[in-house]
Amino acid sequence: MAYTPDKPKLPESTEELRARIPGWGADLDPKDRPSVPREKFDPTFSGAHWEFPERQPELWPRERSIEHAFLTPVFGTSCPPRGLSGRIRRYSYAKYSEGRAAHWLLLLASDRVDAVESTLRSFVSRRPDNPITETGVLSEVSRHGLSSRLRDRRADKVHQPLDPIIVAAPWVLGAGVAYAVVRRVVRRSRR
Amino acid sequence: MQAMVYRGPYRVRVEEKDRPSIEHPNDAIVRVTRAAICGSDLHLYHGLMPDTRVGMTFGHEFVGVVDEVGGSVQNLKVGDRVMVPFNIFCGTCFFCARGLYSNCHNVNPNATAVGGIYGYSHTCGGYDGGQSEYVRVPFADVGPSPIPDWMDEDDAVLLTDALATGYFGAQLGDIKEGDVVVVFGAGPVGLYAAASSWLMGAGRVIVIDHLDYRLEKARTFAHAETMNFTEYDDIVVQMKKTTEFLGADVAIDAVGAEADGNLLQHVTAAKLKLQGGSPIALNWAIDSVRKGGTISVMGAYGPMFSAIKFGDAMNKGLTLRMNQCPVKRQWPRLFEHIRNGYLKPSDIVTHRIPLEHIAEGYHMFSAKLDGCIKPLIVPSA
Repeated sequence: MAYTPDKPKLPESTEELRARIPGWGADLDPKDRPSVPREKFDPTFSGAHWEFPERQPELWPRERSIEHAFLTPVFGTSCPPRGLSGRIRRYSYAKYSEGRAAHWLLLLASDRVDAVESTLRSFVSRRPDNPITETGVLSEVSRHGLSSRLRDRRADKVHQPLDPIIVAAPWVLGAGVAYAVVRRVVRRSRR
Repeated sequence: MQAMVYRGPYRVRVEEKDRPSIEHPNDAIVRVTRAAICGSDLHLYHGLMPDTRVGMTFGHEFVGVVDEVGGSVQNLKVGDRVMVPFNIFCGTCFFCARGLYSNCHNVNPNATAVGGIYGYSHTCGGYDGGQSEYVRVPFADVGPSPIPDWMDEDDAVLLTDALATGYFGAQLGDIKEGDVVVVFGAGPVGLYAAASSWLMGAGRVIVIDHLDYRLEKARTFAHAETMNFTEYDDIVVQMKKTTEFLGADVAIDAVGAEADGNLLQHVTAAKLKLQGGSPIALNWAIDSVRKGGTISVMGAYGPMFSAIKFGDAMNKGLTLRMNQCPVKRQWPRLFEHIRNGYLKPSDIVTHRIPLEHIAEGYHMFSAKLDGCIKPLIVPSA
């Protein structure tokens, strides 16, 4: 007990555990584990044959944290910043360090703007966004949505109803704005 | 080529994209033969990770065949079957030189706090991931390893993150013989952390979750005791009772940013994005572990602040240990454990999904439908 010197007795002995659990104690020695010690200096171990890597060409001004001394020699090139969301992203990287909440909040805001911009852009493309197929909601039928939720006392049942609202809200708002704009245009044209 | 593409929170689809090209002399292009959806991909899917751009391809767990190599690649050749750690790393920066491959400083211009990760937002470097037919693999001489002939491809793909991370999480717990280990979360990482805890000599392993089907897997796969926290008024008190009011020696948080169990924490973090993550499991870990105990954090959290009970952690003299797993350091020992039959990672795979049905796969995994624990993605290339 916590109130006396000894640890509580374990329900199984070492021998019983070794018999029941395959490999019990194979890594028993704390010093003989792959991540011990945490830091092991050996710059050749990884197979690298450079001290500083050759630089990847920078094909457009690559945004970077102002906590970096320079653009890292290798970087991802997925989805360059574009549109209003891109401007917000560039501003966030140029202005705020990773230590500032403003940096992350601006990036989160730019993500939401990006989603709206991309959806609007999709409507003038050959493949407009489709919330039914893209949310995978049809798997509610094929993957036993109802019974999966009824079977267990799941803690997430309380907030899962919020998910459709989060997904649908921008679409409903967008439809409302579009309706209001069209109505105004029609009324003006009738005058 | 076909690739999964993010379209906004809770929305993904498969699109035709250009096949990736060599952008650096030490790049390789890998044709993906097996990928997986990770629990941490759900943070991206739910729009929780800052700088997740529409058009990005997710996927940091994948294996495949080398399709093309850059001019300076020496250790791989076209046709090699390779497993690729989720960390992108250079091998020679200050951190890599010390074995901290997950903290590489030469691969992520967007942030200094985190290294490079395939398909994990621009906060982790802006690399497209492996839920795709082809993927660019930087530093091909450093990251990927050939898949041993004897190894099943399903086991190999789970070594690229989930198994390595669970095993690493148990190591960070600094488990000593006879320790009581409590694992929060019976997802893939939690199951592997529980199984790995026995290898390090744990005397009791207790897994806590709210999904009975996952707790069943914790009993059969990880040989653990289980508790469903929805059955108790207060899981912390229950943990104290089951340890004669001492508390566990080691707690492992294998849940992370979207933990359930406290509606306010969950909604403010996972739905309203006002916290970097919902630290329910971490706070339970702080309260459940004994004074002087150790907490290992394997759950992924966003870069913003979270409402963590730091006062209790300080007053109890806890050791908090955490990091993204440096995957490649774990492989030699894990290969031994798999070959010896101590671990069989693919035993937790519940679904194999064609790439073209990935939107249904994400919804099923996110909503925990159909007994889903670990879905693998099978590209059609």
